[in-house]
Amino acid sequence: MRHAAASVSLEPSQLADSVAAAVRGGGRLAALVATARRDGATELRALVASAGDLTSFETTLGPGADRYPGLTPLVPAAAWYEREIHDLFGIEPIGHPRLDPLVLPLRPDVRRPRPGNPDKPPRLEPDLASLPRHVSGEGVFTIPYGPVRSGVFESVEYLVETPGEDIPHLRTRVYHKHRGIERRFGELEVDDAVLLAERVEGTVSVAHATAFCQALETLGNVEPPRRAQLVRVVYAELERVAVHLDSIIRHTEGAGQAVAYARMTLHKEHILRLRARLCGHRFARGVVVPGGVSGPLHLSPTDALAAVGAIDRAIADDTRALMDTPSFLDRLRGTGILPASAVAEHGALGPVGRGSGLVEDVRVRRPYGAYRFLGFEPAEGFIEGDALARQSVRIEEIRHAFHLVRQALDELAESETGPWRHEIPAPDGTAWSSVEAPQGELLYLVEADAGQLTRVKPRCASFHNLALFERAFRGDILTDFVFIEASFGVSIAGVSG
Amino acid sequence: MAWLLRGLRQGVVTSRYPRRSDVYGRGYMAAIAVLHAPDKSSADDELAALCPTGAILADGRLRVDRGRCILCGRCVEARPDLFAFDGSPEVGRIGRRALLVPDEDEEAVEEVRAELAKRTRFLRRSIHVRHVDAGSDGSEEWEVAALTNPVYDVQRLGIFFTATPRHADLLLVTGVGTAGMAGPLRLTYEAMPFPKVVLAAGTDAISGGLLHSSYAGADGIGSVVPVDVWVPGSPPSPFSLLHGILVAVGLLAENRAVT
Ligand code: SF4
Repeated sequence: MRHAAASVSLEPSQLADSVAAAVRGGGRLAALVATARRDGATELRALVASAGDLTSFETTLGPGADRYPGLTPLVPAAAWYEREIHDLFGIEPIGHPRLDPLVLPLRPDVRRPRPGNPDKPPRLEPDLASLPRHVSGEGVFTIPYGPVRSGVFESVEYLVETPGEDIPHLRTRVYHKHRGIERRFGELEVDDAVLLAERVEGTVSVAHATAFCQALETLGNVEPPRRAQLVRVVYAELERVAVHLDSIIRHTEGAGQAVAYARMTLHKEHILRLRARLCGHRFARGVVVPGGVSGPLHLSPTDALAAVGAIDRAIADDTRALMDTPSFLDRLRGTGILPASAVAEHGALGPVGRGSGLVEDVRVRRPYGAYRFLGFEPAEGFIEGDALARQSVRIEEIRHAFHLVRQALDELAESETGPWRHEIPAPDGTAWSSVEAPQGELLYLVEADAGQLTRVKPRCASFHNLALFERAFRGDILTDFVFIEASFGVSIAGVSG
Repeated sequence: MAWLLRGLRQGVVTSRYPRRSDVYGRGYMAAIAVLHAPDKSSADDELAALCPTGAILADGRLRVDRGRCILCGRCVEARPDLFAFDGSPEVGRIGRRALLVPDEDEEAVEEVRAELAKRTRFLRRSIHVRHVDAGSDGSEEWEVAALTNPVYDVQRLGIFFTATPRHADLLLVTGVGTAGMAGPLRLTYEAMPFPKVVLAAGTDAISGGLLHSSYAGADGIGSVVPVDVWVPGSPPSPFSLLHGILVAVGLLAENRAVT
């Protein structure tokens, strides 16, 4: 068995206390993942990140055991994880303050999908009766947004419970889009599973394929060729630019900045077209494969550098002008403030954390692939915690991303010949892997038995961060909703599973 | 003022598609084509086994079901003698069976086509589109939203996105068709006035793609709402979506090569 994380085995009764102690000691809860065993047992893994390390606190609930002392009372960041596990495994965390369905509302007597267990469940219909009712009372009413929303958006439902203009309470429903991804992973061959990883969050296919392949490479003890690692960085950073632009586009749209909106959508289109020129696919699917990449860039590094340079300059010019437009900045400043304490307690990821001074960046904390030898600095120094700070982080990161792409292309221009990928042996064992996706730390847990995947769990930054969403609304009026949502930059596909 | 100048300086970036073909529209893989029938030595099940989604049908006659193809390229890599990428973005078809290539059943498809033509005859020149995500991976929304960027600028063709289903002529649906979205999708469809047209955008929406028949539904949206036009792709490009919309409202013939 090979881990990219140290593991500690515990009794179920010790799990909450041990994780709480690790979090008090300066760690943050990065994930809580369950795996069903063939014999009916359920394994629980709580992953705690501290400084440059990952530690997996593990316990097993025997066959038939469906309760354990929950983490959430001691570690509030576990709240959504325990709700998800309750939905998918039917396991109850004792003491959870609000165990409403999150990704899959089912009647209590229905057998749960239990990823990891090879028995294929039948089609499961969501049971809307198991969802809590809308709040209504004296002077309080609920405004539902979604799941079908105005505009071209992913389906999600926000329930705003309000006595008027202020937003005292917001609830988020993400089950509509639940696709049953985690089970499907266990039904696929390894090479097909990479294709599924690319579609967990289709806007960040490169991050997912890389995280999944890295786990296989850890299990097989294979280091991809250096130039394959460089190619991965080129696509990963272009992906970051595209996703950050998408967030900026939503801000400009919300603020009615028509020209800025048009210009930013044009830049985003150019990034997608550049990717298509580099590999034939606008989302760079098919590039990252186990052991390396599928082949060279379709443009020479020199031509790619010229194309990247032109887009970089155009974006830099427009973002400078945008951050100089007072009517735009006024809408973002002071909007959706996430207090540093809430961000620290939750261990918020990516730009959402970095906008409130929490600099968690996998590329720096636990460097992987070519980030180990490329020059790079994380976006630091943003502490205001409002939508403007999160937007500023993204603009800074776009700049850094282009810098990384140029470094990688420069080195590729000189790189020697050789293979683009190495063979990897049939995976066996358990491994964690992580990359810094545009939305923040993306984790994969991969378990395999003699070449057959038994459990794959992607943990998207969107899932972790969206749990914090309602904390950004204290006192903000409804018209700020669009900015707060845009500044979170969440992919619902990655939340629903 | 500053932004106005920036906008003007940009000049014309808009594609002239569909009036003229756009070179970029052909610059990437949009579909898989079958080059010719395999010789005797290629075993049917070996060919079928190349595909992760069961899109290769080799039951005596080699065909690809573009409605299941996620464009992974594996068949092209393994058998470049039999399969090739087709760069033409005009992949949308009326009738699910028309996604099987090489074509068959021209007559069966012709009926569907005639029925749709009758329905769309009264649509005015401007088309209002309501989008619904029924379990996408998120990339489809990017490509749909791209239709309003200055490059595709579909407003120039009289195509507008609308928030309310009551003003919509065309329902554009992305995603695998999850059980959780079946209700909201059906309600949106029912709220639309007649005549209405439904477009399944992407391989996921057509067949569920890699998630086909998961416990969460994912059999494509055709089991929830009646689909008129099927646009494959993973995700479908903005050109493919635009072509599909124009086909849906009867403004463009399916196979018309744009010159
Ligand atoms: S490209 Fe992939 S999904 Fe499409 S037919 Fe070929 S093997 Fe199947």
